[in-house]
Amino acid sequence: MSAHIHIRGLHKSYGRFAALRGVDLEVAAGEVVVIIGPSGSGKSTLIRCINLLEEFQAGEIVVDGTAVRGGRSLKQVRAEVGMVFQSFNLFPHLTVLENVTLAPRRVRGLTRPEAEARGLALLQRVGLESHALKRPAQLSGGQQQRVAIARALAMEPRILLFDEPTSALDPEMVGEVLAVIQSLAKTGVTMLIVTHEMGFARRVADRVIFMEGGMIAEQGAPEDLFKTPREPRTRAFLDAVLGS
Amino acid sequence: MGLLDTFFNWPVLRDALPLLLRGLGVTVLLGAASIALGFVTGLAVALLRLYGPGPVRMLARVYVDLFRSMPLLVLLVLVYYALPFLGIRLSSFAAATTALSLVSCAYTAEILRAGIEAVPKGQSEAAAALGLGFVASLRYVVLPQALWVVTPPLTSNCINVLKDTALASVVAMPELLKQATQAQAAEANPTPLIGAAVLYLALLLPLVRLVGSIESRHRAAAS
Repeated sequence: MSAHIHIRGLHKSYGRFAALRGVDLEVAAGEVVVIIGPSGSGKSTLIRCINLLEEFQAGEIVVDGTAVRGGRSLKQVRAEVGMVFQSFNLFPHLTVLENVTLAPRRVRGLTRPEAEARGLALLQRVGLESHALKRPAQLSGGQQQRVAIARALAMEPRILLFDEPTSALDPEMVGEVLAVIQSLAKTGVTMLIVTHEMGFARRVADRVIFMEGGMIAEQGAPEDLFKTPREPRTRAFLDAVLGS
Repeated sequence: MGLLDTFFNWPVLRDALPLLLRGLGVTVLLGAASIALGFVTGLAVALLRLYGPGPVRMLARVYVDLFRSMPLLVLLVLVYYALPFLGIRLSSFAAATTALSLVSCAYTAEILRAGIEAVPKGQSEAAAALGLGFVASLRYVVLPQALWVVTPPLTSNCINVLKDTALASVVAMPELLKQATQAQAAEANPTPLIGAAVLYLALLLPLVRLVGSIESRHRAAAS
């Protein structure tokens, strides 16, 4: 099976600051890749380039055979790539159900009953169908993030990007969101997850990538990378976050 | 003649009332047309100013600055009395609507620009990530939130436009104030002016209250 995501020689800078300095990455269909690393290492920037929320200066990204660049192909790529943000970014003026049905109706052209049936099924999957008619502001952070996951799933994406999905949550809500993400990992959707939750990374990842200074410093199976990191800077980072 | 006979003369008011009401109708029509035109064009100018190519953005900014600083009376006189020299002859209603909506457009554009900019960037990012195009993102995600934020200043602008319709009397528009001053001259009594003032208040006070109640609802929603 061909790689779902192909990234070659990716460079991205904000003014004089180089956020990505030549990233090469192949992600296979159905693979779950967790990206870890210190803040400012380019993790978020990397996944935000995949659906072109960030423009990049050099290199190429190909998603399922479609090159990611501006114009008509971009909408196609974005419809196939779902994203979950650190700060949820739910639409506050819409109900929970409307949040989930907006894109299927306006992008996929589903009728309202079709979209609502799909939306309710997804809300049920994340355990929130009884909140369908509430506004996001009436929900807890963890519930909001689960709605955001349902919203992304409603487009039936083949790739899901998670940008620090639990970093804005109170500690007691992290678990419920991670449980939902972990259940998705078994469904065969390709996932790229940026996170600081090392235990979760270890449980869910097929492969862990350690980024530093805008480059991939080391990558491998979670057991290898967490137990026997080759790079001293990987070891230093893991020591710091795991407190060992 | 006493104060009551002079300013609150019932027979005079009764005679003038049909004229005043007709004037009120013209005022409302003129105001509504100018507000509607000003909103549609103001939205267009706001979008051009935010998302247009460089030179267009610049032009939109110049337009907004120019028409916010130009006194409406000057603009009215220019449109009604100067444009005919260029071969453009507008009726007094068309001239008044043009001048009023040119100014309302500038204010509306500025209000909407601020409203759109107040919507967090994450909102349009989430819309884009879901595959919504620019227009769909604007229509379903950004504008509804922006309009909610700017309802109070937009309503205030409507109030200003309705009040400014009184200036249209200088281009022979038979709106409320014009009717009142004419009735005053005909009756040699200022009561019609008082009548006009009462009608203006009846029209505008509810709008002013509306701004207040929307603002308190916003505060409640924000807390």
